[in-house]
Amino acid sequence: MEIGLGHYLAVASALFTIGVVGVFVNRRNVIVVLMSIELMLLAVNINLVAFSQFLGDLQGQVFAMFILTVAAAEAAIGLAILVTYFRNRGGIEVESVNQMKG
Amino acid sequence: MAITAVAFYTLATITIVSAFLVIAARNPVHSVLFLILTFFTTAGLFVLMGAEFLAMLLVVVYVGAVAVLFLFVVMMLDIDFAELKRGFLSYLPLGGLIGVILVAQFLLVGSAWVSPENAARSPAEFGEGGTAEALGRILYTEYVLVFQLSGMVLFTAMIGAIVLTLRQREGVKRQNVATQVGRRRTEAVVLKDVKPGEGI
Repeated sequence: MEIGLGHYLAVASALFTIGVVGVFVNRRNVIVVLMSIELMLLAVNINLVAFSQFLGDLQGQVFAMFILTVAAAEAAIGLAILVTYFRNRGGIEVESVNQMKG
Repeated sequence: MAITAVAFYTLATITIVSAFLVIAARNPVHSVLFLILTFFTTAGLFVLMGAEFLAMLLVVVYVGAVAVLFLFVVMMLDIDFAELKRGFLSYLPLGGLIGVILVAQFLLVGSAWVSPENAARSPAEFGEGGTAEALGRILYTEYVLVFQLSGMVLFTAMIGAIVLTLRQREGVKRQNVATQVGRRRTEAVVLKDVKPGEGI
């Protein structure tokens, strides 16, 4: 039984599906939504690294590094917004974020 | 080869199960801990593929920085966890439907997918120094501009996070250097002529 490209892509797609479902299921909890986004980015990274390794081209890993950078920046900004929101509202329910509706 | 297969299936199973527990756990602290486990096992998968530098980066950046940041925020904010979990069941049909659709799409694509002709049967080896050296060679020559730009992204994120969370509190005593330096002797010191045996 040889582990090929398809096996890694299957794991990545499963991880991505879990991430998408997590965004929809945990509608009230912003922290878990952010974690689900991290899971989705991780799935994309697995895809990129798998293709890069099995096609013998390093560009995919360079791209994965940049995605890692953007994911770190996104997490920092998201959590900063979360802390500010909690300070102003005293809770982090996503459903109550409707003040910006026209 | 058998060892590779066993390692792959073990790591993949732990990855998927812990990723599921990230979104299903009652307590967000447990969610973060399962997220850390997911990152670790994914790093193991990267090592299995031969991308050891990316695996190290994943552990350092994700586990060392992002997950710990999550853990700090979860523990510092005083959140009513039971309240947050209340709507879980009402959103389950929608989330489950979207998940089923996504899985069906992936299966549809996977059934029609054929491995590319130039795909190797086993992961590639990049030079003698491993992926770190090869990645450095390509990153600092061909992608140096994008590399610098990603530094700018991080810088912007840092400033943004500081600006968002900085606040001016009322009633906090701060050092004012200008008034400190601008003090004169006449307004700072009062000379009293104390008579003996009387006190002030």
